[in-house]
Amino acid sequence: MTVEVRVTANLQKMVGGQRSLQGEGASVGELLDDLDSRYPGFREQIITDGQLHRFVNIYLNDEDIRFLDKLETPINEGDTLSILPALAGGAAS
Amino acid sequence: MSVTVYIPTPFRRLAGNQVYVRAEGNTVAEVLDNLGSRYPELRHMIFDESDEVPGHINIYVNNQEMHSLKGKDTPLSEGDEIAVIPAIAGGQVLTEDQVNRYSRHIIMPQVGPVGQRKLMAAKVLIIGAGGLGSPSALYLTLAGVGTIGIADFDVVDLSNLQRQVLHHNDDVGRPKTESARDTLLSYNPDVNVVIHDGPITSENAMEIIPQYDIVVNGADNFTTRYLVNDACYFAGKPLVDGSILLFDGQATVFLPGQGCYRCLFPAPPPPGLVPNCADAGVLGALTGVIGSIQAIEALKLILETGESLASRLLLFDALSMEFRVVKLRRDPKCPLCGDDPTVTELIDYVEFCGAPFPSHDGN
Repeated sequence: MTVEVRVTANLQKMVGGQRSLQGEGASVGELLDDLDSRYPGFREQIITDGQLHRFVNIYLNDEDIRFLDKLETPINEGDTLSILPALAGGAAS
Repeated sequence: MSVTVYIPTPFRRLAGNQVYVRAEGNTVAEVLDNLGSRYPELRHMIFDESDEVPGHINIYVNNQEMHSLKGKDTPLSEGDEIAVIPAIAGGQVLTEDQVNRYSRHIIMPQVGPVGQRKLMAAKVLIIGAGGLGSPSALYLTLAGVGTIGIADFDVVDLSNLQRQVLHHNDDVGRPKTESARDTLLSYNPDVNVVIHDGPITSENAMEIIPQYDIVVNGADNFTTRYLVNDACYFAGKPLVDGSILLFDGQATVFLPGQGCYRCLFPAPPPPGLVPNCADAGVLGALTGVIGSIQAIEALKLILETGESLASRLLLFDALSMEFRVVKLRRDPKCPLCGDDPTVTELIDYVEFCGAPFPSHDGN
């Protein structure tokens, strides 16, 4: 299964500055393995000890995978995966 | 015959900012005529096109409505007191200047005079007079939101001026709250700008936030973001959230009980992992997009119109120029707003985030 993966903000530097790339896998976890094999270190930005970091959200299309099957969530042809870290930018307060 | 006329607040600016003015005349009609000739702008408010007192204005002579006496022909005695009282429906009456200033809003059915009065009665707190707080405070001020609170502890730095439109070149070195207040009042002197100069902390958050109807968050650090999120939940206040980095922006609305920042991101990243704008940079004009979206969401909440961003997270990528929306749900396991909350009062956010409240502006 090949799907489009969109990465946001500071994660883009992990994938050579791309904002959108293709990934392979039958589940979200497999897809992250595929990306990590091509961009070493990518997975550990998102996962520690098999758990999704709590400051990074992954959306399959428009749904947060924490409310689906987390890393086991199956993916289908044509899906879009978005990886979104928390941002704090604004102003000092 | 010389009498005293009481001028109500909305008309006071039309009568030299006086609460009481002296006027001459032997009847109510003569006194009103005398007033109108001395204060032409006031004349437009107390007489309609056929020179009659309009129905929404009552004239009192010594606390008796003139129609219970002899109307405009009511005779007056030396020292009588006349009061000009406009009808008030859901807030103060709009002056002619206000009707003119806000006319592009008032002519829209979603706003109208009732909506404009809602805006004028509303109190919005802006967290951070920086990249996001600047455009949101500016548009809320231009819209005539009655009270704008500005919370910031920082001073204006030259590097802020690439995006923070509340501050000008001459403001470098001044407290941002003072610079923000001056700029906002120069745009619209009708607005009451309240400044909170200093960091929002666990100690003062529950004193400040409950004074407002809506909070707009433009903080540049996770410590303040979690604090403001929790305080808004405890105070039952809607929180309009926005954040930016590089070419990316996010915006959403948290309504108490419909999900919160902790449902979206249960824990902050370790300090230093997600850079702030000072370290990574941010496109200045991007702050205008996200800050304006925050202002729009606050205005919609006040006007009770449209569909808010509650339960939705808006993502903006300025490089591809794409907006996307993903779902945001209340997490039943959320420690704050979930089914079995463990956070029941403000905590030590410095410890929670592993980072101090910053002492220097990053964004």
